[in-house]
Amino acid sequence: MHRAGKLVLRRLVGSIPVLLIVLVGTFFLLELASGDAVDAYLVSTGGGDAALVETLRANWGLDQSPITRLGLYLWNVLHLDFGYSVLLNRPILTVVLERLPNTLLLMGSAVALSFGIGSLLGIAAGSRPGSARDRLLSIGSLALYAVPSFWLGLVLVVVFSVQLRWLPLSGIETLASGKAGLDRALDIIRHLVLPVGALALIYLALYLRLMRAGMVEVWRQDFVLAARAKGLSRRRIVWRHVARNALLPLVTMLGLQSATMLGGSVVIESVFSIPGLGRLAQEAVSGRDTPLLMGIIVISAVLVILTNLIVDVVYAFLDPRVGASEASA
Amino acid sequence: MTKFLVSRRTLLGATAALLASTALPRAAFAQDAVKGGRLIVAADSEPRNLNPAIVASNGVFFIASKVIEPLAEASFDGENGLAPRLATAWTGSEDGLSATFTLREGVTWHDGKPFTSEDVAFSALNVWKPLQNLGRLVFANLEAVDTPDPLTAIFRFSKPTPFQLIRNALPATTSVLPKHLYEGTDIPENPANAQLVGTGPFKFTEYKPGEYYLLSRNETYWGESEPNLDEILYRVLPDRAAAAGALEAEEIHLAAFSAVPLADLARIGEVEGIEVISKGYEGLTYQLVVEINHRTEQLANLKVRQAIAHAIDKQFVVDTIFLGYATAATGIVPQNAPEFYNPETPQYAFDVDKANALLDEAGYPRAADGNRFTLRLLPAPYFNETRQFGDYLRQALAEIGIDAQIANNDSAAHQQAVYTDHAFDLAIAPPVFRGDPAISTTILLRTATAEGVPFSNQGGYSNTALDTLIDDALIAVDEEERTALYNEVQVVAAEDLPLINVAEWGFITVARTSVHNVSNNPRWAVSNWSDTWIDG
Repeated sequence: MHRAGKLVLRRLVGSIPVLLIVLVGTFFLLELASGDAVDAYLVSTGGGDAALVETLRANWGLDQSPITRLGLYLWNVLHLDFGYSVLLNRPILTVVLERLPNTLLLMGSAVALSFGIGSLLGIAAGSRPGSARDRLLSIGSLALYAVPSFWLGLVLVVVFSVQLRWLPLSGIETLASGKAGLDRALDIIRHLVLPVGALALIYLALYLRLMRAGMVEVWRQDFVLAARAKGLSRRRIVWRHVARNALLPLVTMLGLQSATMLGGSVVIESVFSIPGLGRLAQEAVSGRDTPLLMGIIVISAVLVILTNLIVDVVYAFLDPRVGASEASA
Repeated sequence: MTKFLVSRRTLLGATAALLASTALPRAAFAQDAVKGGRLIVAADSEPRNLNPAIVASNGVFFIASKVIEPLAEASFDGENGLAPRLATAWTGSEDGLSATFTLREGVTWHDGKPFTSEDVAFSALNVWKPLQNLGRLVFANLEAVDTPDPLTAIFRFSKPTPFQLIRNALPATTSVLPKHLYEGTDIPENPANAQLVGTGPFKFTEYKPGEYYLLSRNETYWGESEPNLDEILYRVLPDRAAAAGALEAEEIHLAAFSAVPLADLARIGEVEGIEVISKGYEGLTYQLVVEINHRTEQLANLKVRQAIAHAIDKQFVVDTIFLGYATAATGIVPQNAPEFYNPETPQYAFDVDKANALLDEAGYPRAADGNRFTLRLLPAPYFNETRQFGDYLRQALAEIGIDAQIANNDSAAHQQAVYTDHAFDLAIAPPVFRGDPAISTTILLRTATAEGVPFSNQGGYSNTALDTLIDDALIAVDEEERTALYNEVQVVAAEDLPLINVAEWGFITVARTSVHNVSNNPRWAVSNWSDTWIDG
């Protein structure tokens, strides 16, 4: 595993400038938005006088120049101090780490589910391209892919929560229920069914189509022809030769998707009132809570970098050609 | 000027009926309250600071009013529209220099310490006057609070302060804090601002950010056998559609402050077991107002302002944007405030021809493209209705040849553009009328004393005659004289149009029919809910 170790190290070092660019970029983008945290605060509280405004700006460090604030912020982040949230008046690291598990749980299960089922359905569709089964699956997945996630979420809510009352409508668990252990785990699973379902159904279409396209592509290649000529069974060709090769683009997609997780979760977390990172990010933007948003972005960026690292390692395992040149360079 | 003779209660009833024309009447017969149970309520925001003595706003009151109590609360049938809370009696001196409060006996804080006049004196001098957004104005001249005994607090003012104003301000500005937890601390940063300690019927039990606030029954509450409920759980539901769904799925019992969008009300009102109630907000009437930047050359011309007023079809706004859940405004004081409302305020009927004629007279003829001039229009983003009215106003102004360019900002950006940079010509705002014109209304008209003060006179309007009236009213101790002055203020404001009042509305509560004693006072959503109960 010497090769993988080198790869990991190089990627980690390379991610430092990426993080810095993300930080500085976010900071200045937020600077460009008019209105600051004090403005947002005053709107939510019904106002105050000029003296109060001045005191707040001074207390929250908003009276200093943007460059000073950025410098101070970067220095603090270097010491793993993300500061205090202006909006929530609590340490940012605590707030983010509190919300992170919910988002990871939500997005993790949605991605795992859609990856698993999507690739299996993709194999089903791509093992006999052009068949009735293939066409049915392709049309179905296209229709699903065209549906916006919030709409699908609302439909699921109306049917399963409001009409049938089978599943809870919102939240991540029954509030202040005093449940613990297995009871609590089951409760959380019940709450996750609808939001995970809404997200997974849409991603599922994506993986299905990618897998199917890859299968069709690989079918035409010489080594498959050779395998068929050798008289291998269709089942063996599909699983050993075609599917394994067609899986590579899906793994790429999985890596890329980890970056869009936050964006996708904003909508679903709002619709289902799940206290996750996506909703927190949205609140941070509307409250002009720069430090909070930066904290969320830094921690998400670290997550994305880590996920991509794992994907790269998996990729190298699936296809020995990948990463070899980088590791030896 | 004719004196307004209809009693407050009759008029409150009449306006409530008017506002409630589409709502189902709540059964009036008394039922025995069931004890116990958890009431689950939708909360759409999580305030940074939950202390109502520092931040007097509806979002804070919604939760905090159950824990921390004011000296008195608004009431439909109490004397002067008030019901006692921590104070049982109050009188103002003839000269307006003092006000005496008799406090309730046998009240204890949630941590067991006794409640005394010391707490009131501390809250008034150290919190309401210097720190609270509304109290800074009401208690501006408060000099000292004498505490001759534990149940008497005498407020001393340096200048005559009308007792009428103090009385009207009691529900919103006099939340009492425990002195023993705040004295000698940095009050705005005190941990008790989040972990509230009060005298109210419910104790602050738990807050889980992003999920809920849990309040539980105060076993030692002074109210006899109250509260009825064991717990109130505020469920954080930022998505409006989620609140309607949660009510239908019986996951929550109640959504106040129009958490359910107006467009959904007709449908949800049909659902078995759900009621739409428009009562209970009379004490916090919102007003839809067109703010005018008087620094803009065209708008400094009275004829142009009159033309704009004539171009707005208020009834259309009420019917279309508010779907009937509002009333057309007649001036700066809403009809829901009969104590001050002047029915003889001049009106501007919807008349496009007249508006066009006025603009011609003002010297702004239509150019070849049909436009006279262009204005920047900034609708406040706080409500769907303010934004929708922005779209309507743009069309209405196009009819009279004014090209309004809408800029839709989020709240922080709107705040800066209008209140700090004055980078607007017309803005649409939703100020609140809080029981007395001196609290949050005349500040919109008086010559600005400081720049950049949010929710005050943003347009640079200045009228010495109006300023004099407002200043006289601020120190007018005699109630009749004070009321007469405010009647005059309404007339002058209507004649000179520093801003244009379009509509006034209260919020809508949607509740399961299993919840009882809903909306039984004019500030119900922000009152203490000690008599509220749910079917077992």
